[in-house]
Amino acid sequence: MTVATRDERYIKEPTEPRALRIERLSVWYGVHQAIREVSFTIPARRITALIGPSGCGKSTLLRALNRMHDLTPEARVEGSVWWGEIDLYAPSTDPVWVRRHIGMIFQKPNPFPKSIFDNVAFGLRVNGYRGDIAARVEEALRKAALWDEVKDKLQKNALTLSGGQQQRLCIARAIALGPQILLMDEPCSALDPIATMRIEDLMRELAHTYTIVIVTHNMQQASRVSHYTAFLLADEDGTGELIEYAATRELFLRPRDRRTEDYITGRIG
Amino acid sequence: MATRARAEFERDLQTLRQEVLHLGSMVEKSVDRAVEALKRYDVTLARSIIEHDREIDEHSYALAERALLLIATQQPMATDLRIIAATLFIISELERMGDYAEGLAKIAIRLSAWPPLKPLIDIPRMAEISLDMLRQALDAFIEMDLERCEAIWHRDDEVDALYDQVYRELLTYMMSDPRTIERATLLLWAAHNLERIADRVTNICERIAFVITGDPRALVSPAEPDYAGERRAEFDVE
Repeated sequence: MTVATRDERYIKEPTEPRALRIERLSVWYGVHQAIREVSFTIPARRITALIGPSGCGKSTLLRALNRMHDLTPEARVEGSVWWGEIDLYAPSTDPVWVRRHIGMIFQKPNPFPKSIFDNVAFGLRVNGYRGDIAARVEEALRKAALWDEVKDKLQKNALTLSGGQQQRLCIARAIALGPQILLMDEPCSALDPIATMRIEDLMRELAHTYTIVIVTHNMQQASRVSHYTAFLLADEDGTGELIEYAATRELFLRPRDRRTEDYITGRIG
Repeated sequence: MATRARAEFERDLQTLRQEVLHLGSMVEKSVDRAVEALKRYDVTLARSIIEHDREIDEHSYALAERALLLIATQQPMATDLRIIAATLFIISELERMGDYAEGLAKIAIRLSAWPPLKPLIDIPRMAEISLDMLRQALDAFIEMDLERCEAIWHRDDEVDALYDQVYRELLTYMMSDPRTIERATLLLWAAHNLERIADRVTNICERIAFVITGDPRALVSPAEPDYAGERRAEFDVE
């Protein structure tokens, strides 16, 4: 029997149209339960930040949103993630289709050791895209605010780019597939402050078109960039739970749960 | 498992609050002595208060800078942020109260050129209540005591009532003998300065209540619009 320890009063759902509805989502790695019965709604075309100390399950939660755990043999997921009328975890839902519409950007920029052009075109070719690949690559690079910097060297190896440029290239690569939702797992932790600011500007720009969910260790980043913030914390068994969820400005100015207050003011974690 | 950085920050925050208390006691002393100068026609005392106001200003600038430094270096959140924001506000309220004390001292100097109009009773009483409110508010700031804030906040009515009383009394003097107009006006200004001081104490209480509750309107219940405040605002010359 599981007992929901979270207090419903501290989950303040957004008023905006919903992108994803997470319903009693639990994830296990083998016998270890990483998150327990997380339920909340992610608003469309907004930036939602997942914060919490290391081991609270925020990356686990993020990865569950595009079925990345399917790729981990030991992992097991219970509960639902609703995208409109579709349950991403229904047996009839194709995980590859999910990942095409819900893209992931990782902590370390991970471009392929190919040309800048091929990095962005790669996913299109793999998915058998029949349109104008060059136009689609340019569009993605423009949306990722990288076009002006790379338009004259599209055939150069992507690994010659700076870290910040590589990360924007990875964003372009994800965008090229035409997703609606972008998941970002600490996208700036390997970047310097200037490159970080550029990614944050880009995120704000992208939020006009895409729903963004970001995991970040940097509370200032969460407070600067996101519209909504979810705070997770692990219990004594190391199982993460959603403690509080609210508009970012509320959560950082007047958090309602003592544990949220303790975390964002640096008393724990 | 708070870190050492957290412990240091808490110590800095505590020191800042203690320093606000110190600034408050400087202001309190200044107001108290200004009313004394007014009562005793003591020009020397009045001059020393005007001099003292510079120290209050300097101290308040230094404190504001320390508060800003904490924001810049610690990026405070939640209650920490609310405390520092309230501290900045309280510092500027105290600095302004120091200016009122200076104003009272200047009035004392101008009045000293005249024979006394009347023995001062209600004006020192206004000062007494206002300063008691200030002391209590600063204690409430250190102890983060919401109930006390509420009690102080309501005492402003006593000061307002005294101000009305002083106003009516001085009006009768002025109507019966036009030669008293200048002195009566000066005394009315003095009373006004004290009324403003009490008002600023209520502002401080509102800020403390905001720190505690997170609600900027915590002390003004929506069911009870602040008619007294509106009425006062109507006559405010500030």
